[in-house]
Amino acid sequence: MCTVCGCSEGEVSIEGHHHGHSHDQHRHSQGSDSEADSHREVVVVSEGDNLHFGQGPAHAHAPGLSQSRMVQIEQDILGKNDRYAGQNRQRFDAMNLFALNLVSSPGSGKTTLLTASLEKIKGRCSVAVIEGDQHTANDAERIRATGVQAVQVNTGKGCHLDAHMVGHALERFDDLSGGLLFIENVGNLVCPAAFDLGEAHKVAILSVTEGEDKPLKYPDMFYAADLMLLNKIDLLPYLDFDVEQCIAAAKQVNPDIEVIKVSARSGEGINEWLDWIEQHRVARIQRRIEQLNGQISLLQAMV
Amino acid sequence: MHEMSICEGIVQVLEEQAVSQQYQRVKTIWLEIGPLAMVETDALRFCFDAVTRSTLAEGARLEIIELPGLARCLQCAKSVTITTRYDACSECGSLQLQVTQGEELRIKELEVE
Repeated sequence: MCTVCGCSEGEVSIEGHHHGHSHDQHRHSQGSDSEADSHREVVVVSEGDNLHFGQGPAHAHAPGLSQSRMVQIEQDILGKNDRYAGQNRQRFDAMNLFALNLVSSPGSGKTTLLTASLEKIKGRCSVAVIEGDQHTANDAERIRATGVQAVQVNTGKGCHLDAHMVGHALERFDDLSGGLLFIENVGNLVCPAAFDLGEAHKVAILSVTEGEDKPLKYPDMFYAADLMLLNKIDLLPYLDFDVEQCIAAAKQVNPDIEVIKVSARSGEGINEWLDWIEQHRVARIQRRIEQLNGQISLLQAMV
Repeated sequence: MHEMSICEGIVQVLEEQAVSQQYQRVKTIWLEIGPLAMVETDALRFCFDAVTRSTLAEGARLEIIELPGLARCLQCAKSVTITTRYDACSECGSLQLQVTQGEELRIKELEVE
């Protein structure tokens, strides 16, 4: 991965995004040649004296015996993604853009549900979609066919979108102030749970052609989501799917998760889902108003 | 397979720290991982060797410190040990648990030269 901007070399492609820098130009230097040479000489001597190399717990290591030393860093490995996600969240808030991260397994009907939703939303406010898939721009083309702007992010071998990709994709859109952004993640119920994109909420989509126990099989995703959309309910008469058991499984993992039953094909539940979006969009703006009022009060007290 | 991305994240941190902490090579890495960190440690070890090749951590030893998962029960207020997201309180059986430890995924310490 590129250490300057975080791009994975060669694998990720964002429609319309081209790098202005060569990835070869900013590899970290491992020190000048002379430093490296002198360092190597010391290491040869010290390695002979050091009986603790590669053994024993960190705290038993005696400093001064060799060139090697202990460094306490206590750093979160996903910290870099989280920083990018924080930047995205600030940008979303500054634009009053309500962003949702749609996650599911492949084939749950995310894109069909999204196009059905967009047909009802478009024209009411500015809307955009970021489509994540390993390959092809098929989904972005399906979104654009509804008249809504979309950017396809191809992750190559990657199994999830990360916050850095979303930040770049956001640059491709026209003004989205006061609007809605749907981020359709790569179809995968595992990895996208670990990567915050800066969204307001994760929405998990589960279709009734899958198993009722999927929330228990993939608990991290249903724990991370605030809403579960139970899709394809028009097929229930033909299946043995137990809706109540499925909802109980989701609540076992995440007692606070909300559930809406929908069908992209029949349109059932779509209005309820759009109402959910509107309620949470307004609630987020209300929270921001309270925060800003708090800041204003603090500033007024200082004058 | 996001263990691969996590390993790339580890190498990024090591390279950034190499500049500020003035080291050229990493010999041992101690990671703290909780049971709810969404990481399979075997997969992580597998990816680690591949990702660190030709980096300052090539050949480094990976030590994984597995932290226990802990949660506070919102019903009985006791602190209990958990291993999964869907565990019930071992004291009262409630599912209303608030995770207090177990999501950790961090580099704790390095042996460098």
